[in-house]
Amino acid sequence: MKMTGAEIFLESLKREKVKHIFGYPGGVVLNIFDLLYDDKKLQLILTRHEQGAVHAADGYARVSGKAGVALVTSGPGATNTVTGIATASMDSIPMVVFTGQVPTMLIGNDAFQEADIVGITRPCCKYNFLANNIEDLAEIVRDAFHIATSGRPGPVLVDLPKDVTVAKTEFIWPEKVDIRSYRPKYEGNKFMIKKAADLISKATKPVIVAGGGVILSGASKELTALAKLTDTPVTMTLMGLGCFPGSHKLSLGMPGMHGTYYANMAIQNADLLVAVGMRFDDRVTGTIETFAPNAKIIHIDIDPTSIRKNIPVDVPIVGDVKRVLTVLNKLLKDNDQKQWAPVRKKWLKQVDAWKAEHPMSYAESDDVIKPQFVVEKIHELTKGDAIITTEVGQNQMWAAQFYKFEKPRQWLTSGGLGTMGYGFPAAIGAQFAAPDKLVIDIAGDGSIQMNIQELATAVINKLPVKVAILNNRFLGMVRQWQELFFDERYSHTGLDVTPDFVKVAEAYGAVGLRATKPSEVVPVLKEAFKINKTVFMDFEVDWHEKVYPMVPAGASIDHMLFDESIEKSAKKKKLRAVK
Amino acid sequence: MRHTISLLVENKFGVLSRVAGLFSGRGYNIESISVGETLDSKISQMTIVTSGDDQIIEQITKQLNKLIDVIKVTDMLELDHVEREMILLKIAPQANRKLEAIEIANIFRGKVVDSSEKTLTIEITGTEDKLTAFVNMMKPMGIKELVRTGKVAITRVGTKK
Repeated sequence: MKMTGAEIFLESLKREKVKHIFGYPGGVVLNIFDLLYDDKKLQLILTRHEQGAVHAADGYARVSGKAGVALVTSGPGATNTVTGIATASMDSIPMVVFTGQVPTMLIGNDAFQEADIVGITRPCCKYNFLANNIEDLAEIVRDAFHIATSGRPGPVLVDLPKDVTVAKTEFIWPEKVDIRSYRPKYEGNKFMIKKAADLISKATKPVIVAGGGVILSGASKELTALAKLTDTPVTMTLMGLGCFPGSHKLSLGMPGMHGTYYANMAIQNADLLVAVGMRFDDRVTGTIETFAPNAKIIHIDIDPTSIRKNIPVDVPIVGDVKRVLTVLNKLLKDNDQKQWAPVRKKWLKQVDAWKAEHPMSYAESDDVIKPQFVVEKIHELTKGDAIITTEVGQNQMWAAQFYKFEKPRQWLTSGGLGTMGYGFPAAIGAQFAAPDKLVIDIAGDGSIQMNIQELATAVINKLPVKVAILNNRFLGMVRQWQELFFDERYSHTGLDVTPDFVKVAEAYGAVGLRATKPSEVVPVLKEAFKINKTVFMDFEVDWHEKVYPMVPAGASIDHMLFDESIEKSAKKKKLRAVK
Repeated sequence: MRHTISLLVENKFGVLSRVAGLFSGRGYNIESISVGETLDSKISQMTIVTSGDDQIIEQITKQLNKLIDVIKVTDMLELDHVEREMILLKIAPQANRKLEAIEIANIFRGKVVDSSEKTLTIEITGTEDKLTAFVNMMKPMGIKELVRTGKVAITRVGTKK
């Protein structure tokens, strides 16, 4: 039977087991939207901005592990997806974005709502297609999902000209995908894995540095097994949080610019780094010349370009993290009879000493709400079991530092691109992927305004998404840099006119709550978690508060700045104790 | 160091842009690039001359390999290979030096492919050294226009150097 392009497109999505599409209609995708009007199997979630649709698809993918799907119109609809695509690309998130395009005979004519979206997104997606022939449509959709979800995952864009959605042809679903120029390598080199096992056995001061690749590969179990088997402390990059239980005694938290003192000290003093599914981002390494000066480096990653891009390594292993770790763990178990604990004792004692020297902390207050206090209470009240999304800036770092993640896929943040406005739509996508979970966006007053229109999406879909706004009336992270490095010249970081977030929430039909004193924080959180509706919580927090510890840009990661007020209050406490 | 990188790519629109975009986006330099169909019309061959230290060349070859449409990447420097480039050169020698120009072209195994009252157009292929020497010889003749193809390269028997 002959089918239209629009029908073939939707049928192909069903073959890919798609259930949710985040999107926004427009002229050239009308044929597709007309079919969606009474389609029983595919739910289109109408966002209020195309950027929101793509971030929602991204959040959906991070929680479910499946490719997120977005569908928008041509021209401005398509260009509005670019930030979302770049965000997913930097964080290796599987996603397929479908954009409408003007009819093929008009392409290149500067037609109404025409944009060369394939050209525009070429450098910020894993791959993209212009489906200009209906005969290829089903295969393109199949290939798009295959490319997005295999190897190092990433976003793929498919541009659909209007006439292709109208044309008719026989629907043939390709049973097998075979792209001769794309065959990701999953199995690690056995010889290299053996070498890695030898290095781990010989090391006296090893550290595992785990990144987002561990989560993408579904290798948390294997990574945890490796750490426990060999008694090796684990630090997790921003993208890796949750791949190893944050409350475990071997966890060092996050390394790098706003990482923990003990993670950075461990890296700088290690004799071996086992880097797993991470890419030595500059926020992790600080200045490269002095990074991990005494360490041999084992680097496991599925993307060969990640290896030796920034840092020379001793044992490169290209392959899927899960498969490589499985082989590595087996080798370590089989050929090593030694007891790890006594070997590691001295090293772990040293790590504990660093933990005691500068634990993660902040100066508490009875008068003004400390943003870290809000995050701590969210962690406490949700027992570490919520799905947390963030915006970008101080809110993101405090969430990363003070919420202890125990499991993979409960932490959604724009790590690579650092996209303000990511967290709220991502939380909406996350709630669709996990309807029974508590989903909380930890936001700033600046970031939340970048996609605040998605309140409508959350409300109309009755999503109980919670947004905790750490409201300091500043673009806090930039302000922090201005305070520390620009003589407190707060150029354009003060948000003097910030809307009343409670009223904004109410205007959209959501619930708005506010806390202005520390004593109100827990009651507000408790109430919000009780309400089965979208809730905005406006926490008026101490605007002076900064993210510490901090490695200034271009410094070595063991040169950390600390919050002096913490040191002072610690001294006072000590004095009192002595008296 | 200079490298000649040979690529087999899918012969689709946009592929050249993906390859060129990779170089510009990551700040790598393309000295020359030439593209043409292979025996299989679905596959194109690209020859790119670029330069960089070992680490950069390693990244370039890895990044090229990562492109979905790239089938095979060969760094010719690692292999015994033959490289050629072609130049079309239009000169306007003084009347009394025309024969001399043709003589030089003959020495370099060049061919006169067009001639007018005032100009001669010479076609010449060879290695970079040879072409540079030839162009230097021709400079005093008054070069009007010079067009070069960029390098193409082929392995000898695919043996390692």
